[in-house]
Amino acid sequence: MPFTASEMFGLIDCNNFYASCERLFRPDLMNRPVVVLSNNDGCIIARSNEAKALGIGMGTPYFKQEPLIRKNKVAVFSSNYPLYGDISQRVMDVLMSLEPDVEVYSIDEAFIRLPAGKHCDLKNHMRFLKATVQKHTGIPVSIGLGPTKTLAKIANRFAKKDPSAAGIFVITGEQHLDDLLATVNISDIWGIGRRHAARLKKRSIHTALELKNCADTWIRKQLTVTGLRTVMELRGIPCISLEKAAVAKKSICTSRSFGRTVRTLADLQEAVATYTTQAACKLRHEGLRTTVVDVFIRTNSFQKDEPQYCNRRTFTLSAPSSHTATLIKVALRSLKAIYRPGYSYQKAGVLLNGLVPENYEQLRLFDAPTPHATSLMEAVDQINRRWGRDTIQAAAAGLAKKWRFRQMKKSPAYTTCWAELPSVKASFPESFSVA
Amino acid sequence: MSKHPAKEKTSSIREVFPAACGVSLHRPLFLSGVSAGFPSPADDYLDRKLDLNEHLIKNPAATFFVRVAGDSMIGAGINDNDILVVDRSLEPCSGAIVIAVINGELTVKRLLKGKDSCRLIAENSDYPDLEIDEETPLEIWGVATYAIHSL
Repeated sequence: MPFTASEMFGLIDCNNFYASCERLFRPDLMNRPVVVLSNNDGCIIARSNEAKALGIGMGTPYFKQEPLIRKNKVAVFSSNYPLYGDISQRVMDVLMSLEPDVEVYSIDEAFIRLPAGKHCDLKNHMRFLKATVQKHTGIPVSIGLGPTKTLAKIANRFAKKDPSAAGIFVITGEQHLDDLLATVNISDIWGIGRRHAARLKKRSIHTALELKNCADTWIRKQLTVTGLRTVMELRGIPCISLEKAAVAKKSICTSRSFGRTVRTLADLQEAVATYTTQAACKLRHEGLRTTVVDVFIRTNSFQKDEPQYCNRRTFTLSAPSSHTATLIKVALRSLKAIYRPGYSYQKAGVLLNGLVPENYEQLRLFDAPTPHATSLMEAVDQINRRWGRDTIQAAAAGLAKKWRFRQMKKSPAYTTCWAELPSVKASFPESFSVA
Repeated sequence: MSKHPAKEKTSSIREVFPAACGVSLHRPLFLSGVSAGFPSPADDYLDRKLDLNEHLIKNPAATFFVRVAGDSMIGAGINDNDILVVDRSLEPCSGAIVIAVINGELTVKRLLKGKDSCRLIAENSDYPDLEIDEETPLEIWGVATYAIHSL
């Protein structure tokens, strides 16, 4: 029996997105295994299918996989976020040009909403979407379609896993659905977190089908109303709508592991000032101001033989601000208060909380608003946008930045920097045999 | 800048437009305020400035810039180190300048389609053409629409 829903939801997911971006300008990597490393070249955060087949695990430390990587000539890249961000934008732009209702869900995923229709018509339309995104951006995508977002997510898993699906999987019929859900582990359901999954497994609920058939009151007790919504969605009743407007940020966090351990206050100050600068820039970009500045530092808890220390300090501003210098000043004051010599620090971070829109200002009794600070920041942002990040920065953020994370294997900023454009050959290909 | 310059035999300039780039830079006309004066007779006729992006880029999401390395396309007006505007959304038709994947490398060539085969040709007699048949799969990465070089 088909669903009676008048609408369908689709999830478009870029296949191995970061690895696919790295391949876009490197066709020589097309059938070679590719992995991308996390910010500090620490862990593997993206793998091409070939790399997955080699058994390289997601999130595993790079050094542990190094022998395997070397043996199989795996191409290794540091993460290149300017490139991934630009390509992501292109994928979303193509989708938005073809579909009226698109929700950008993450850097490599988007939901769409479309009118229900015949199975084959929907499938044909998805084939067209997939082919167009691939042609225009060079990024392969998989599409899952179902009467709810949760089922679209599940359909997407089948689109990827089932080779006969060729990247497109549409759930329309209800009978068909139960057979599918019987093969889906509950921990793979969108919206069921690790803790809920563990609790359900204890109650011997292992598959999506078993969860779907549970009584509403019991689910509500076990998983709250959010969980019940997920279960309704498994039954084909849409409860989670398409969110087209971006949700306003509640907090902004900039934190990084250092490229090497940091011992001196001076180096930490540079790092904290740099992270504060980045967070303040994000803040202004979102049109927000912060009231709470939180600074934290910690040593490497994996280094068991080293003395351990971690601490944080929260500072509440008298008035909301997005002014870099003001925020750096309070962040450094907090840092100074929590810094203890004699430790090898591995990570620092700045967390901005209590965000308010910038046009939502509570006037104060004693100090007048400072329009010149706002226009100064506007000017700085404009210059950095035009001439590149850190063209103008606070002196406190330092120039050497010796603590900065390692990125030994970063590919060029192919699409965002004139000096790093991809090169096309206009000479004789040496190894090509002429017919 | 010209589209398929090889086809154009004339080199006369037909039209001249004032140029403007995407990022606008506003400069005050007068540094001190002028309270009186004759209002510009052009005020009512101010038009938008021309944006070169608009002219060169039809489909921004599918358009990439690439830099040319080599002189095999000199006859098509594409020099070493030029920047090519590449539109991936276009269908590569016969005669188009394309970015093709040859031996895993992005390569610029002119595509000539025959009845049941096609050729990738260089625009420089020092370089041989490449015959593409069914056994050599051909991947076209994108279609070049403009070459940008300084004069």
